[in-house]
Amino acid sequence: MSLTHSNDVPAPVADDVGPDAPHGVHAVPRRLLLGVYGLLIMFTAITVAVSTVDLGQANIWVALLVALIKGTLVVMYFMHLRWDSPFNGLVLLAALFFVSLFIGLALLDSKSYQPQIKPTPMALRDR
Amino acid sequence: MSTASTETSSHSHAGHGRHDPHLAHHFDTPEQQFTSAKLGMWVFLGTEILMFGGLFCAYSIYRHNHPLVFKFAAEAYLSTKLGTLNTIILITSSLTMAWGVRAAQLNQKKLLMVCLVLTLMGAAGFLVVKTIEYSAKWNEHVWVGAWNEYNADNDASYAQYTRPPDQPATRPTALLTITATQPSPMVMVDDGNTTADRSQIKPRYDYGLSQSIITHPDSSNSGTGLSEEEKRELGYEKLSASDQWHVNTFFSCYFLMTGLHGIHVVVGMGLITWVLLRARRNEFSSEYFTPVDLVGLYWHLVDLIWIFLFPLLYLIH
Repeated sequence: MSLTHSNDVPAPVADDVGPDAPHGVHAVPRRLLLGVYGLLIMFTAITVAVSTVDLGQANIWVALLVALIKGTLVVMYFMHLRWDSPFNGLVLLAALFFVSLFIGLALLDSKSYQPQIKPTPMALRDR
Repeated sequence: MSTASTETSSHSHAGHGRHDPHLAHHFDTPEQQFTSAKLGMWVFLGTEILMFGGLFCAYSIYRHNHPLVFKFAAEAYLSTKLGTLNTIILITSSLTMAWGVRAAQLNQKKLLMVCLVLTLMGAAGFLVVKTIEYSAKWNEHVWVGAWNEYNADNDASYAQYTRPPDQPATRPTALLTITATQPSPMVMVDDGNTTADRSQIKPRYDYGLSQSIITHPDSSNSGTGLSEEEKRELGYEKLSASDQWHVNTFFSCYFLMTGLHGIHVVVGMGLITWVLLRARRNEFSSEYFTPVDLVGLYWHLVDLIWIFLFPLLYLIH
């Protein structure tokens, strides 16, 4: 896999540049697309395999870590963020930050009110 | 767009004075227009993540508070095989979409169309598998709300909140007979019918489709698609009474999350079809491929969300 492009240098399209491929347009190389795809499938296999092993509390964290790696691959290469304006990445990170803030704060006190929540059967709900 | 230019595109890269038919008058260059469109798309995707964030939050709270419920429900009803299959289908369609964007950038019209058709097929395949899964849930009576056997037809948890302690537990066989057979301060009997004559009771939650649940002849075990032994093996007996009721909450999470995601898949199919039709009319080139790129971003987000949904719903250990 050619993961060697850096952000400041526009990545040259090594393979398969048509004669009229425009400058300023960055197409993701084929090998890179296939490599990322292979990794995504591999991580899917890993996460399924790990779920059959009992790691106690660690299971969920391993699953989330693998999902995070897969998500990063999709965002960076399929969604082209690696070569895009960093501001687009900032928008994404801001959204993720606020979602984690939302979930984190909501989880903080959820234990304290859960015992008071009683199930209300549907049959009673709309009176 | 109509005000963009009176001059036809020269297709030269000379720079000054070039007028692109796609260039709106309030942008200086096609590049500026493209990056603005892309930023707008990212902002939209940010709001999408925030919208799903609400559901992920509800999921986190319920799973945090009822870990055994989620384990039981996922192991009993969700097929890891089908979930994995759908993950692979969606990742593959993401690859073909990314390849389609590349093809558009390199003026490979035929390849672009092939990629878009493959992506569409992936989306359709995903929905087919999802339909198989949803039908299984329907047959096992574990849909949402009143269509979920665990919601009310669970005498232990239900009676805990509705029956006075001195009254013996009886298993209600339909959601609505409960109001008639188990009077308590919490239960208002609306028609004064306190006998167990079910034929007289009009179902409150008859959605027209719910016959199989409301009047299920033997809801004691076959209703949920699991035998009592299977339930015991999966740890159902170990759940507290209210946790047994909460099995239906898992399915609320499941259907809301996968349902909203499924709606995105359907919308994505519409968008990809639109791009495909435009590609057929030769509208895209390395000079102008913004719609392909932005629809691609949307499709990858659908994939991205599934990447998180899959382990959270299907791989609960």
